[in-house]
Amino acid sequence: MKPAPFDWHTPGSIEEALALKARFGEEARFLAGGQSLVPAMNFRVAQPAVLVDLNRVVGLDAILAEADGTLSIGAMARNARVERDATAGNHPILAEALHEVAHPQIRNRGTLGGNLSHADPASEMPAVMLALDARFVLRSARGARDMPAASFFLAPLTTALEPDEMLAEIRIPALPRGAGTAFLEVARRRGDYAMMGVAAMVARDADGVCTAARLAFCSAGPTPMLAPRASAALVGTRLTEADIAAAADLARQEVEPMGSVQASPAYQRHLAGVVAARALRLAWERAA
Amino acid sequence: METRHIGRPLTRNEDPRLLTGRALFVDDVELPGMLHAAFLRSPHAHAEIRAVDTAAAKARAGVLAVITADDLGEYWKPGPLLVPPPPIAGMTFRQRCQVPLAKGVVRHLGEPIVMVVAESRYVAEDALGDIVVDYAPLPVVGDLEAAVAPASPRVHPDLPDNIAAEVVQRKGDYAAARARAAHVIRRRFLYDRGASIPMETRGIVAAWDGKADRLTVWDTTQAPVVIRNGLAAMLGLSERQVRVIAPFIGGGFGPKMMMFYPEEVLVPWIALRLERPVKWIEDRLEHFTATTHERGQIHEAEIALDAEGRVLGVRDEFLMDTGAYNPYGLTVPLNSQCTLLNCYDIAAYESRFRAVYTNRTLVTPYRGAGRQHGVFVMERLMDAAARVVGLDRIEIRRRNLIPPDRFPYRNEIIFQDFAPLTYDSGNYAPILGKALDAIGYDRFVAEEQPKARAEGRHLGLGLVMYVEGTGIGPYEGAKVRVQSSGKVTLATGIGTQGQGHFTAFAQVVAEQLGVDPRDVEVTTGDTDQFDWGVGTFASRGAVVAGAATHGAATAVRAKILKAAAEHFECAEADLVLEEGKVSIAGVPERHITLGALAQLANPLRGAVKPGTEPGLEATSYFGPEMGATAAGAHAMVIELDAETMRPTILRYVVVHDCGTVLNPLILAGQVQGGVAQGIGNAFFEQLAWTEDGQLLNASLADYLIPTALDVPRMEVLHTETPSPLNPLGTKGAGEGGAIPVGALFAQAIEDALDLPARGIEVTEIPLSPSRLWEIAHGDG
Amino acid sequence: MSRIPVTVTVNGVAHRREVEPRLLLSDFLRHELGLTGTHVGCEHGVCGACTIRLDGAPVRSCLIFAVQADGHAIATVEGLAPTRGTLSVLQQAFQDAHGLQCGYCTPGILMTVSAFLEETPDPSEEEVRHALSGNLCRCTGYQHIVDAVLLAARRLREAR
Repeated sequence: MKPAPFDWHTPGSIEEALALKARFGEEARFLAGGQSLVPAMNFRVAQPAVLVDLNRVVGLDAILAEADGTLSIGAMARNARVERDATAGNHPILAEALHEVAHPQIRNRGTLGGNLSHADPASEMPAVMLALDARFVLRSARGARDMPAASFFLAPLTTALEPDEMLAEIRIPALPRGAGTAFLEVARRRGDYAMMGVAAMVARDADGVCTAARLAFCSAGPTPMLAPRASAALVGTRLTEADIAAAADLARQEVEPMGSVQASPAYQRHLAGVVAARALRLAWERAA
Repeated sequence: METRHIGRPLTRNEDPRLLTGRALFVDDVELPGMLHAAFLRSPHAHAEIRAVDTAAAKARAGVLAVITADDLGEYWKPGPLLVPPPPIAGMTFRQRCQVPLAKGVVRHLGEPIVMVVAESRYVAEDALGDIVVDYAPLPVVGDLEAAVAPASPRVHPDLPDNIAAEVVQRKGDYAAARARAAHVIRRRFLYDRGASIPMETRGIVAAWDGKADRLTVWDTTQAPVVIRNGLAAMLGLSERQVRVIAPFIGGGFGPKMMMFYPEEVLVPWIALRLERPVKWIEDRLEHFTATTHERGQIHEAEIALDAEGRVLGVRDEFLMDTGAYNPYGLTVPLNSQCTLLNCYDIAAYESRFRAVYTNRTLVTPYRGAGRQHGVFVMERLMDAAARVVGLDRIEIRRRNLIPPDRFPYRNEIIFQDFAPLTYDSGNYAPILGKALDAIGYDRFVAEEQPKARAEGRHLGLGLVMYVEGTGIGPYEGAKVRVQSSGKVTLATGIGTQGQGHFTAFAQVVAEQLGVDPRDVEVTTGDTDQFDWGVGTFASRGAVVAGAATHGAATAVRAKILKAAAEHFECAEADLVLEEGKVSIAGVPERHITLGALAQLANPLRGAVKPGTEPGLEATSYFGPEMGATAAGAHAMVIELDAETMRPTILRYVVVHDCGTVLNPLILAGQVQGGVAQGIGNAFFEQLAWTEDGQLLNASLADYLIPTALDVPRMEVLHTETPSPLNPLGTKGAGEGGAIPVGALFAQAIEDALDLPARGIEVTEIPLSPSRLWEIAHGDG
Repeated sequence: MSRIPVTVTVNGVAHRREVEPRLLLSDFLRHELGLTGTHVGCEHGVCGACTIRLDGAPVRSCLIFAVQADGHAIATVEGLAPTRGTLSVLQQAFQDAHGLQCGYCTPGILMTVSAFLEETPDPSEEEVRHALSGNLCRCTGYQHIVDAVLLAARRLREAR
């Protein structure tokens, strides 16, 4: 399990990095934290001819709160830092979900941008991004564009990134007023990919009526997926046990689990309802 | 027996080296000019090899050798049958052993086809990518029951079918027992394949020293002496010319006892040919298909009881997946067959098994080595019987325990050590009693569980019993010597993989010689130090090598006393041997150190009396007439999340009887580690195969071994029934922790979900939340 | 193949080598520098045996290329003991509590725990188990490892 040979480039600026990627295109991979790419290279499942190492690029790892409440996270911010960062702490679901991402040693090295670009449908953070309605800034030597997280994930391990593009920044809007969030998953062991996981956001008004809801699942299909019907059904309710059960039931119908070595699709579908209900209770309580 | 060192919780002598990163493991061996081997392995479970093109690999810079089966010439031959079958009347046994490199056909995933040797492992792996093999896939034999159907494709086409062995053994008259039974209960049980996953994979370094005319091999084997002897024979060298060192080994658990793995045959051979040191370290991907597996069995079992719940007889028939080859003979299925009888007084038993060839990795013993299957079947039958008879699950067990006055207890059938299965000693009721008290059985049943159920919580208790045949022969040896420094050396032929032999054996020596166990330097697994022995397996290290150590130390003690008596011109009976010196009783100022005595015994001038030997040294061998039978009970309380089917272990109790305890600290570690593997086997670990024989979870991300959060704190209690079979009274302890856990999980989960009330039973291992959810919803 | 100069400080000692970009840091430490105390158990970042500290943070050395460590400070198990022939408080606790059997996973566990106890000097058993959950041990069943960590934490607190 030794990686195949590659040429290694270690740009110091984002412009330099993008120029290299434009030059080498699909032959090259960006190396962020490497916590998914390097295992794939060790197994020789991935054999990129060129690695463009982002670890010495200056200015790609900032975590900032903007005036309108948007949280901006540079793609190279390491997961352990996001987990502990006070600014990122305004979105407690980030730390809550990151705690389930592998183990501290992996989070010390792995980056949020790398995790999202890897686009593993079993991964926690893509689902969190959907629940938070995040937008991703994609940059290339040609310029920059941004898109909603929901448009970024196309298929397992496949994103909307063009061969010369990099996910440069994650932009998470302020939560709606009165919002509460929760991330919950069921995995075989701590740190494993979820058999089913959910990121939930619900907001309540002063009268205790739900004004907004977003449920997003991981391990629920070929990409992280929103459950729009279940989410919509919650708005206008008071999230009574019956409301929650109804939404969980819808979520169970909306997910499209593919099954894995660890879980049958039927069990995964069942779990979707279980985690949805539990996360909704928790998020609603936190919204109070 | 009053002891000074035996039975003390001494911390380990070997730890400082391991804790500071200074212990030598095989991959730590670095030699000038060393080359690195890598193997091209079959991506198919079963295929014809039509052609192998190695031209591009040979042409790659940095590649020194590319070897196929044809290149091996006369050296290519199937491996030896490691464990011949015991003589059992009427049995069928068809041996097919593994080959060094596949020729014409591959029979399991990961079977090696080409060996590449290069300047680095990186380049060697590059060269593997250059090799082109033309495969024609063949039908895959995977499912055990399909494998024995007449129309099944065959793993070995020269055999009439896929049956590797068939054995029937009987005790008493089962048919008669069944005829007078009040209840007959029949069940089908599954126990699926798993892997041992030591944290260190296998590895081997071989170096030929042309000037010394010697081959040195560092090997992660559990049996260095056997490897040395075999290699010498295969390579046409004298045994003197081959030194095998099993240094620190990162866990063994059985599969490092396989002999010979293809790599063990090939790496020394190529090192000799190239006259350069060659290293091969198995990577984790290789490990999943190239290191042996265990566990796969399907049982159809029947228990016959009288109206009071006394077992009149048991009948069992099982299929055992032996993989593509069977160099290990019948060890695993015989263990299953024998251990099924467990700790119960069962007059009639009839058992038939068939070992079946499949297109899967070889099966050889892995911690428990078939014993857990037998225990699973028996304990599950007991639980089912308790319900049918209307008895508490504890009461039915109590009624059937072998009473203490029946030992040695003869089960008559032949065990893996070729001897009729006999339990040397035991006292089982106190084990059960201690377990009940420690887990709080009565309170759980009367209060805790009803209260939890009323609150909608699913608490379940499991309590099962087991026996473990340990410490089998044929023999081990040990050499003890007092050095002129006064420190003592001990060498044995077994290998060590973390069992604390450096400490426990030092305690055995210190007990006899009156020295500090810290001053006893133990060497295991170096054939230059000691080259008689068999290996570390079947929980026999502490028992067999421990007894040999005791024998050697006792002989040295006698030499010390004799020499000191001559020195002081007194009677041996007047001497006291302690604190590293011999003194005259009551006159402590008249003493001589062991070091000075060792020098006197090894004079440079003067005459040595005829008939005496120099030095204070002795070698001793021990071979038990049969294995010693340990026993125990495990109990646990779990809480099951009935929505997710994830269990949480709230309490875990082990009561273990392994005879005399040499070191309770080390013993507790062995038991706890065994339980952890048992939990893995019961609830986490399962090799997932496709129909065409691909392995879906060949990584540690997908094959789940338990973490610190999955293994609970355990309370480990002991009873001590010494074995009469060896002078120390020890029984083995290495495997007991792992053996009953499957049965324990099944019972506790049934109890938590009250499944039998709905007519559902748990009859398979391993379980998982997903599978349990299916079972609990009637998809058993 | 191009070789790239790398300067790495390991346990306070600077080392300079020229290596291929693909050389894993685990192989660099073990086979270039001869620091074989760092063990390799899976080479896909799961088992934790190869855990080292990179600029203080525990990371998997099998998932980093040696060239990436250029200019960084690394700590390995060989640097834990204050002097040769002695043990650190943490190492001593592992011996006293029998927190190792085969010892193969131990260096990675020590490096993980050394960082954990700096951040969490008074951990609960639950916290210790969480901290250990990224290091697999196949021998011990973890109980004595947990005991060793709790013992080390207590001794380190008492020594302060």
